[in-house]
Amino acid sequence: MNALDVLVCVKRVPDSTSELVLTEDGQGVDGRFAGFTMSQHEQCAVEIAVQVAAATGGAASVLTLGDGDAVEQLRAALAVGCTAATHVVADSQQLGPADVAREIAAVVRAHEADGRPHDLVLLGHDAADTGDFQVGIRLAYELGRPVVNGVTVVSVEDGVLTASGDGPDGHETYRVPLPAVVTVLEGGVEPRYPTVPGRMKAKKVPVEERGLAGTPAGAARVRWSLPPAAPSDVQVLGKGPEAAPAVVDLLEQLGVLAR
Amino acid sequence: MILVLVEKDLAGDAVEVSLETLTFARSLSEAGGGVPIDAVVVGDVPPALRSELASYGVRGVHALTGPAFDAFAGAAWASGIETVLATTRSVVVTAAGTPRGGEVLAHVAARAGVPMAANVLSFGGLSPFVVTRQVVGGQALEEMQLAGRPAVFTVAGHAVEAAPAAAAGPAEVHEHSPEVAEADLVARVVSTDEPEPDLSGGLTSARVVVGAGRGAGSADGFADLLELADLLDAPLGVSRVVTSLGWRPHHEQVGQTGSRISPDLYIPCGISGAIQHWAGCSSAKAILAINTDADAPMVTRATHAVIGDLHEVVPAINAEIRRRRTG
Amino acid sequence: MAEVPATADVVVIGAGIVGNSLVHHLTRLGWRNVVQIDKGPLPNPGGSTGHASNFIFTVDHSREITDLTLDSVRQYQEMGVFTQSGGFEIARTPERMEELRRRMSSARAWGIEAELVSPEFVKDKVPFIETDQFIGAFWTPGVGVVDSLRAGTIMRERALATGELTVVPTVEVVGLDTEEGPHGRRRITRVRTTGGDIETGTVVIAAGVWSPKLGDMAGISIPLTPAVHQMISVGPCPQLAEKEGEISFPIVRDMDTFCYERQHGADMEVGSYAHRAILHEPEDIPSIDQAKLSPTELPFTSDDFDPQLEQAYELMPELLGAEGAEMRYAINGLLSLTCDGNPILGESEVAGLWTAAAVWIKEGPGVGRAVAEWMTEGHSEIDLHHSDIARFHQHQKRREHTRLRTTESFIKTYGIIHPGEQYESDRDQRLSPMHASQQKLGAVFFETAGWERPFWYESNAGLLEQYGDAVMPREHEWDSRWWSPIINAEHLRMREAAAVIDLSAFCIFDITGPGALDTVQRTCVAQCDVAVGKVVYTPVLDAKGGFRSDLTVMRLGEDHFRVVTGGAHGMADRAWFAGHLPDDEATTLTDLTDDVSTIGIWGPRARDILASLTSDDVSDAGFGFLTCREVDVRGTTVLASRISYVGELGWELYVPMESAADLWEALLEAGAPHGAVPAGIGVYGTTGRIEKGYRAYGAELDSERTIVEAGMQRPKVKVADFVGKEAYLAQREAAPAAVLCTLTVDDHTSASGMKRYMLGGEPILTADGRTLTDGHGHHPYVTSAGSAPSLGKHVLLAYLPPEEAVLGNQLAVSYMEELYPVTVGSVDATPLLDPDNERIR
Repeated sequence: MNALDVLVCVKRVPDSTSELVLTEDGQGVDGRFAGFTMSQHEQCAVEIAVQVAAATGGAASVLTLGDGDAVEQLRAALAVGCTAATHVVADSQQLGPADVAREIAAVVRAHEADGRPHDLVLLGHDAADTGDFQVGIRLAYELGRPVVNGVTVVSVEDGVLTASGDGPDGHETYRVPLPAVVTVLEGGVEPRYPTVPGRMKAKKVPVEERGLAGTPAGAARVRWSLPPAAPSDVQVLGKGPEAAPAVVDLLEQLGVLAR
Repeated sequence: MILVLVEKDLAGDAVEVSLETLTFARSLSEAGGGVPIDAVVVGDVPPALRSELASYGVRGVHALTGPAFDAFAGAAWASGIETVLATTRSVVVTAAGTPRGGEVLAHVAARAGVPMAANVLSFGGLSPFVVTRQVVGGQALEEMQLAGRPAVFTVAGHAVEAAPAAAAGPAEVHEHSPEVAEADLVARVVSTDEPEPDLSGGLTSARVVVGAGRGAGSADGFADLLELADLLDAPLGVSRVVTSLGWRPHHEQVGQTGSRISPDLYIPCGISGAIQHWAGCSSAKAILAINTDADAPMVTRATHAVIGDLHEVVPAINAEIRRRRTG
Repeated sequence: MAEVPATADVVVIGAGIVGNSLVHHLTRLGWRNVVQIDKGPLPNPGGSTGHASNFIFTVDHSREITDLTLDSVRQYQEMGVFTQSGGFEIARTPERMEELRRRMSSARAWGIEAELVSPEFVKDKVPFIETDQFIGAFWTPGVGVVDSLRAGTIMRERALATGELTVVPTVEVVGLDTEEGPHGRRRITRVRTTGGDIETGTVVIAAGVWSPKLGDMAGISIPLTPAVHQMISVGPCPQLAEKEGEISFPIVRDMDTFCYERQHGADMEVGSYAHRAILHEPEDIPSIDQAKLSPTELPFTSDDFDPQLEQAYELMPELLGAEGAEMRYAINGLLSLTCDGNPILGESEVAGLWTAAAVWIKEGPGVGRAVAEWMTEGHSEIDLHHSDIARFHQHQKRREHTRLRTTESFIKTYGIIHPGEQYESDRDQRLSPMHASQQKLGAVFFETAGWERPFWYESNAGLLEQYGDAVMPREHEWDSRWWSPIINAEHLRMREAAAVIDLSAFCIFDITGPGALDTVQRTCVAQCDVAVGKVVYTPVLDAKGGFRSDLTVMRLGEDHFRVVTGGAHGMADRAWFAGHLPDDEATTLTDLTDDVSTIGIWGPRARDILASLTSDDVSDAGFGFLTCREVDVRGTTVLASRISYVGELGWELYVPMESAADLWEALLEAGAPHGAVPAGIGVYGTTGRIEKGYRAYGAELDSERTIVEAGMQRPKVKVADFVGKEAYLAQREAAPAAVLCTLTVDDHTSASGMKRYMLGGEPILTADGRTLTDGHGHHPYVTSAGSAPSLGKHVLLAYLPPEEAVLGNQLAVSYMEELYPVTVGSVDATPLLDPDNERIR
């Protein structure tokens, strides 16, 4: 089997698992409380990249586009098994999805020109912040490659990629020749945590830094806001443990208590 | 022309979110002075579908047929839409914000070299065309200028309620069997299996689900919740943060990226209720939220609530259930 | 869930380890109608307690912190939440090994079992440690881990069981209302919360990192800063997983990398104090909903931790690199830091508003008990003066000061800190009018309460040659760090001729009005109803007869007293006197510290020098010892007080700030022909007083010591009532449990041949090295150490068991784990130098 070269693309995003705080300029999420991360889709994509690379004796590289702090996400991917990293230094806020796709494509082409073609490019299904749902597909057109979108399981055998995920009618499988682009949905693999030696190794990997290849068209963003609270007609049964009898009354009333 | 990609379910009916999208398109049409609305459907258009689409104000239904459309391929569907676009001179192409809708429209936009807005909730001005869409899994909104023609966007689920047009005319079906380039068929579904056996412990079919969120506090904080689940013979469902912190396995996740549940009663405990979670539990018939924060979205959207710490409330409920059973 | 009550006798804000301990001890001590609120849920409301590492190393160089820690351990043990694991502090460098020897001194002094051990000894107990990474270790078998959340619940439940506590979680304080009380002092009246208002006269802020925000609501400063302490958890490690229970291996503190490794079941927690100081503002702490984990578990910044990770890996490669061991939990945990590293306890300037903040898990229950005692009795069993909120001078209450100092001191959490070590940041806050002149003289400045005080003057370096070996030079770098033989040269010149000493840091306040006499009589032990113009030196006691202070009082008029006290403790003294003013508004306390400078002149030629500058009578007959009066010095009216803390003839001269520089120059100029030199605080605070056996507050004197033990009792006790009188009278009737003695070191030669000089804090043992124990069960240690150049001796002060307090008794002092012979030279306040005090006349 040919050793595969896999590139996985990740984005530094504010963690959004807690109550959201927007930046003062309304252009994004303020991550200072909850911190920054990559989306769970991308964590799964990294895991798949590492697994696929390992299964074929190949290597997984990671790429990000972002400001200087985005190196943290590169290191996170390096710590769990990626062995090379590319940082396109840019203010990701100023780039739209088409810009990002073009920039990734530029890196892929440049690497190819350097004799390091990426057989498989993995992305998360969508960025956890901007939720554009299109970078992977645009990248495929930039590269003239097929793209499989929104899958959870990926494997490669004899240069053919098999990918599958849940579709509207059942579990769907794609079989695509390489090179290809795949966007990953979380749920098919359990992303691993870094180990201490992994983290130390990650620290020593040199990061390839690149500037933007083109002039960004931008994200056409006007501003962000928080959605208004939905009207409520909740019936409060009580406060604290004293509410227990009222709760059990409700369970009886709904007929879910019988056994 | 506003072109709407309409998805069908296995029975051949339009899915609810596509009808919502048509309703959305109609309001856009009205704002634009009555721009006609056409629909694109992949495969046959049964008479029932045709009249339903007509009732939603669709004038022309474009059916994409032929072997290229037997199995799903995002690029092929986009290629088909391109054919329709060429004949209709549409200024807007839209679809529901489903996995299919989003994927196909992303292909359309990429091929046309225009932007795409995902998960639009509403539109502001037409010129420039300004839309408001969901970002951060629906936790925030983005106002965005959608330049480029056609304007390509998907409509978020539940952005509007599906409603037939007040005065609807008949709809005409136009069949298209375009040539699809080989390259557009490379990435296509080669097999579709029955959904995998339910790993979620019966979450999707359960009558009662006990939910747990960050309020559990730690991986060790689930004992009382599991006891409640056991007493109610209910599976445990958890929020995304719980799986992302590694407190519980992923298959227990309820939400946009986990299982979608529709029990008679959902009991979310210590879950604040981000949109991402709501997307997975909004079909529950009744929701009993247990939360310290009376203003948490989960509480305000619930039918019933107890305000308090789950670590105090849940043991009391467990004790009360046991008491009534033995008493 | 309880509703917020409308009234309370006391409201405790916070349900972390401190708040929970407080409600337990308050109800135990009889408080009723106690309300505890927290904005978070129980049992973990999201503060620092919730993510604490929960291990306790008992040995600290501070006796106050050690006592609080030992008391906490006892409480944790009683609650059954303490698991003894033992703990190692390992040394990678010879400097650290020396520090561990010093730590042994503290362990012996505080009576804590400890031992210096080899790497092999460590490996025997921690098999996965690499012995080639370190050269030795300090082993404390009594180290353990606690379940602080469980302890909090137990204490809260005990308080609830009394029926006097109402606990209301998830309620946030939105305001603290105060009203004007007597003497313009505000008092607390109400706590406003999101659940309703509580009328109350007593509030305790035990809100950890949020405390400053709450303080602001009442207009008081609680100068702590939330700071990040990073930790990660690595696991599961098979070496740990095979053992049952949470902890089966001793905790390892890797002192030189500022890290620790602490087992948590199958995981190894690695914590660090090595990274840059990452400080936050209390207002910037996220809410419970905004935080991913909890408000005090902030996103981990891995770059800051990477160097420590590498060092931890070097130390335990097999464990941390084990197959399957992953980093699953990593946080930037918030904890509270203060400018001097001590907690912030006690009643604030707002009456009834107390604080108990900046407390670590190891001190939590002890602090709860001590503050509850303080609130109930007016004093605590454990002396808390280093932690008193009243200690902060205005400049120390600024957030900027806290920020700068904690930035500087963060790395010292595991650092090697010399007892004389000075801060570099935020200096020059309070400068005496003589500062510029002193700079020209090459003054080396040490800081006290923000004041820059010359410790010695390089301009006196020329005296070294003159005095030769009499300046007692020190060979060892550690002994001579933050020290200079010039101090001893200045001392000798003072005894020979005279010295001029800047004492601007003195805290000075006047008490005037119809209740003035009553106020000083009630606060001071000595008779203050003396003739106008008399100077009184007096202890100040708390109700249980422990020292609050010692200071001088001048009677300047029938209804006018001036109190002069040390700068370091002056803020607390002022608060103490202010707290004892009668309610009548005519009696007032006025702080003159910033208006009046003090310059001392002492030595056999002092009178000649002063006489050359004034036409007033300064003869012994005309200006007797312990009297004060105004004199005209070259046209400036100066209040002169004939008193001495260095055992020489001379005066303290109180002069308006604006005239002080002129007086300083005049004294130096007039003194020069007499051989006078400027001398620093090294003379005033150590060499001068130690030769005379004069006691210092904070060293020999604190609230755990009595007048009788300190050997300071007078033949009679005044008739007038005063705070602590009853206790003092009882102390006089009983045999003392310890006796303050002066000892001299007989031989300084160490095993290496180098002469070593103790700096204070060292244990006193029998001549052959056995432990001594006094009547309190305490072990003697050196409270002050310093050169006595006029005696040619190094002198130590220590409280000895009464049976050892025998003149000529031969004992030993342990310094850096070597014994040096010492002899008891005085068993009461009798000075070694000039026992009949002839020089003072």
